Amino acid sequence: MTRYILPVVGVLVLVPFLMIGLTKDPSRLPSPYIGKAAPSFELPSLTNPEQRMGSASYAGQMALVNIWATWCVGCRQEHDFLNRLSEQEIIPIYGINWRDNHGDASQWLQQLGDPYVASGYDGDGRIGIEWGAYGAPETFLINADGIVLYKHLGPLNAAIWQNLFEPLIAAEVESQ
Amino acid sequence: MTNRSTTSRLSIFMLLLCWAVSAQAIDTGETFDDPELQARYEHIISEVRCLKCQNQTIKDSNAFLAADLRREIRLMLEEGLSDAEIYDFLVERYGEFALYSPRASGKTLVLWIAPAVFLLGGAFFFAQVVRRRMALPIDDEGLDEDSPEQNA
Repeated sequence: MTRYILPVVGVLVLVPFLMIGLTKDPSRLPSPYIGKAAPSFELPSLTNPEQRMGSASYAGQMALVNIWATWCVGCRQEHDFLNRLSEQEIIPIYGINWRDNHGDASQWLQQLGDPYVASGYDGDGRIGIEWGAYGAPETFLINADGIVLYKHLGPLNAAIWQNLFEPLIAAEVESQ
Repeated sequence: MTNRSTTSRLSIFMLLLCWAVSAQAIDTGETFDDPELQARYEHIISEVRCLKCQNQTIKDSNAFLAADLRREIRLMLEEGLSDAEIYDFLVERYGEFALYSPRASGKTLVLWIAPAVFLLGGAFFFAQVVRRRMALPIDDEGLDEDSPEQNA
């Protein structure tokens, strides 16, 4: 009987690790920026090319930074939610239009509504890399000190907002 | 016979087709004038994961993100940054996962040590089994009666 003990113990040790592994999605990477200062950047405004926008635009206040593009299906999915969120005026939303066609992007905002206080046009994708972007849409929650509290990969919706963003925002407001 | 050689010729041809695909240039950027820089560039891009297409390096991928990262690495090399500084740049933005060979640090130590631990553990286990078996008397019982080696 004793000869079976070792293999059985081995399996019992291994199984929890494999179970945990099954629940993890390797395509969702934790952002190394969480808890650290968000990258500072400056870009020409998408809707008003003479103006510039960037991290200075939201300095000293909590903000969302949303990386989006017209080629991104998830961005279309979350767009109506972003419009509604911006109407509620809970938090300002800033956009980084990543690796997109300028004309398509302006048209998208004209047709679907513009939830952003400002969107920067990142045509060559350099600012996207600064933010560690790899799959739009990506949404960063940044506090008044410019620290990244949370990053969400994939489209936002009301449930994600309530479960993941609202508690963080409430805790942040309380700590201030 | 003819059929067989046709098949094998066809399979060689198909294998060659595969080779042709992999030989296609993905990196359409300019090469460095300095062969040493070019070699460093080639090495670095074969060490960096394409985050968009996770089981490819940015050398193998034609995703726009891979092209952007190659461009950034090229620029950094031109600016004279060291390999370590370039890897730091990527890890700062994308995390340790961006590198195919994670650097030995507190977080990744277990990745580097685990194989050695498993190997030593396996060797120890094997030695134990061998020692135990050596101690047993040689005994034909239970072996296949028909096996020729046994009768010799």
